[in-house]
Amino acid sequence: MTSILVFLLGLAAFMVIIAGVGIFWAIRSGQFEDMEGPAQRILMDDDDPRIPRRTLREDEK
Amino acid sequence: MNREMACFHCGLPVPPDAEFPVEIEGQEHGMCCRGCQAVAQAIVENGLQEYYRHRTAMPGTGHELIPAELSRLALYDHPAIQKSFVIEDGFHIKQASLILEGITCAACVWLNERHLQQLPGVKAVQVNYANHRARISWDEREIQLSRILKEIQLLGYNAHPYNALQQEALRRKGRSRDIRRIAVTGLSAAQVMMLAVALYAGAALGMDAETAHLLRYASLVLTLPVFLYTAVPFYVSAWWAIKSRHLNMDVPVSLAVITAFAGSVWVTLQGEGVVYYDAITMFALFLLSTRFLERNAREKSVEATENLLKLVPAMSLRLRDGKQEAVAVLDLIEGDTILVKPGEAIAADGMVAAGISSVDEALLTGESRAVAKTTGDPVIAGSINLEGPLEVRVTGTGENTVLAGIVRLLDQAVAEKPRLAQLADRVAGRFTYGLLALTLIVAIAWWWHDPARVLEIVLAVLVVTCPCALSIAAPAAFAAAGSHLLRQGILLTRGHALETLARVTHVVFDKTGTLTFGKPKLNLVRPFGTLDAHACLCLAASLEQASEHPLAQSFLASLERKDLLAVSDAQNYPGKGVSGLIGGCRYTLGNRMLSPVTREGPEPELDVVAGATVVWLCSESETLAAFELSDALRPDAMALVEQLKAGGLGISILSGDSDATVRHIANTLGIKDSRGALRPEDKLSALKTMQRDGAVVAMVGDGVNDAPVLAGADVSLAMGGGTQVARASSDIVLLSEKLPDIWRALQAGRATLIVMRQNFIWAAGYNLLALPFAAMGYIPPWLAALGMSVSSLVVVLNALRLRQV
Repeated sequence: MTSILVFLLGLAAFMVIIAGVGIFWAIRSGQFEDMEGPAQRILMDDDDPRIPRRTLREDEK
Repeated sequence: MNREMACFHCGLPVPPDAEFPVEIEGQEHGMCCRGCQAVAQAIVENGLQEYYRHRTAMPGTGHELIPAELSRLALYDHPAIQKSFVIEDGFHIKQASLILEGITCAACVWLNERHLQQLPGVKAVQVNYANHRARISWDEREIQLSRILKEIQLLGYNAHPYNALQQEALRRKGRSRDIRRIAVTGLSAAQVMMLAVALYAGAALGMDAETAHLLRYASLVLTLPVFLYTAVPFYVSAWWAIKSRHLNMDVPVSLAVITAFAGSVWVTLQGEGVVYYDAITMFALFLLSTRFLERNAREKSVEATENLLKLVPAMSLRLRDGKQEAVAVLDLIEGDTILVKPGEAIAADGMVAAGISSVDEALLTGESRAVAKTTGDPVIAGSINLEGPLEVRVTGTGENTVLAGIVRLLDQAVAEKPRLAQLADRVAGRFTYGLLALTLIVAIAWWWHDPARVLEIVLAVLVVTCPCALSIAAPAAFAAAGSHLLRQGILLTRGHALETLARVTHVVFDKTGTLTFGKPKLNLVRPFGTLDAHACLCLAASLEQASEHPLAQSFLASLERKDLLAVSDAQNYPGKGVSGLIGGCRYTLGNRMLSPVTREGPEPELDVVAGATVVWLCSESETLAAFELSDALRPDAMALVEQLKAGGLGISILSGDSDATVRHIANTLGIKDSRGALRPEDKLSALKTMQRDGAVVAMVGDGVNDAPVLAGADVSLAMGGGTQVARASSDIVLLSEKLPDIWRALQAGRATLIVMRQNFIWAAGYNLLALPFAAMGYIPPWLAALGMSVSSLVVVLNALRLRQV
């Protein structure tokens, strides 16, 4: 009984550490700086392979 | 071709003879002008047409890139100018912050990011939708900044380099630190709560001592990060408060956290009793979150103030020994002469040394009336030169400009603002003394009576008196009322606004842009000659087609596009008017100086409304008509004034406009107290006088010149269409631009105050009622915690009723 509890508590602590590291990483990489944009950005599919990719032609530069 | 009524890109009406088609996703769409055509083409050619599917708001209209503008961008590559806003970020890698103008929805963010990322040499692009700023880093060997700026303009947006001040970096750091603290506390609280449920259940149903012991130790470990890391700001604040002998809310908070922790550790080591780790973590989480939200709201207003300083361009053309050179505005000194081309913002305060033009000072005064400027006239940094080139002798730069002065005034007023917060702190101070004294008495009494139970009782008292329900009584009511109002287009930017609204006794309006539209409107045509009013209007509007003058827009707006006549040889006389050939005959439109008739002869008698602008239309031989333009009242202004009067509120107008104009508006609306020709300082002092006489003032305004007054009023409202600074310095923004919403906001404020009072009575009543029982030892701490949660819940549910107001 007690040994399984010890194991579960250790597991919980481990998960907390993982989650904490994840959140710290997210904060460091600036994911909390703009709280409005990403919610809307998810609606845009920007990986559509049919969209042709090109930049300005040389003569337009 | 598929003829559309509205321009596919910007949504403005398409002129009947316009042919600017662009093929988008296999279908041809009509655009209103070459500018929009160019922007749409650039979007399609870069494979970004998806923007059109996802946008939720129309962009600004496209404008053609003129060569002069492009060469101006090239100046941004100059190292001397880059010095002020570009940072080196590695070998040949540079980074700059830009303010993007024209972002209207999330699709704009996507469009800019996608497009810029496709450019070779651009390393990273990040557009912040919340504050419209972009951070871009690029390799200077592969691409120049001017090219990046040009690409942004090709998409129809405008980018200004923004000097990312140290303050901004500090703010970002502080924000990250706050989020880290909240995250750690949240994680810890969730775990500790879980274990606490087990412990409470164990206490009620029976649990063997060994397991309980283990769970207590686990809770202790999980609470350590909160106690040692996230709660530190409370200790620091409390320490300073004690040192300066002004107790604040953080003193009892720290005391509760430290006592509860010390007591719980003691119990854990003893292996018997009740622990309060759950209370500590929840308490910290709740306090940290509310403080974070408060801080966010405050920073938004600061950001907007900084965006105001961007009105001044980063560089200008200095004239020296007859030659032009591009210099950073920072390097300008008093006595320099700068050249300001039409369409450019003026970089510094100064005197016109040569040239005639008119200048749009709307950003400063809120009035979109062009002001004529000629040699010797003063000009203000940040205003926009409209018609002809001006040579300006610099009299003030940077911190010495009028604009910087207004920003300073604004900062000061914002800093003076938190009177209510100060009051709350003072009350909390007294509350703290009372609480500490009481706890001490209870502890001493129990020490005499039963020393073994002292700790348990003291903790129960501290938990019961925990001002949880009390402290959310007001925020919960504000949040419920705020979200309800937001759905109706009324945005609250500061928490205390509603509370103050309920006590308002006096409403002060700035005339322009609030009671009126803030734009001149044609309201009278007086024909003198052979032609009738409509024919004169057609001629006038046709002549104005090519003009950038704000008045031109009001002529064009009052006529259908198909009625316009073809004009040849159009000429612009800066500060006077325009002329052109229509059907072989030369017509002029402008002020009296331009008319061949009125220049010499006496002025025809006109019964002009005070404050109106009169424009004359003349042929070569006679005066054809006079047009009267004035700033029109909003249609719902009358209804609002009557509602306010019926509600027993005082009404005043404080305006920067001329006295006569203001009096005319006041008389129309039946407002007795009106003052005109006031500078921002005058407005602020008039307001202070009212406040000294005991009035609680609500101020409604929209211009930059209103910003200090808005910040100084007890509660302030800004129109959504007003300048950004006005919105930032006000407590309430009327996104709907409907005046009756002011009345609605006042009503909501009163309802909120009622609910808030109920909440306070309930929360305080619960605390007072439970306190004696806790002090006498009848309430076990777990029951105290439960009671605390239930009383908080009741407060929240009561607040939710405000959603139906």
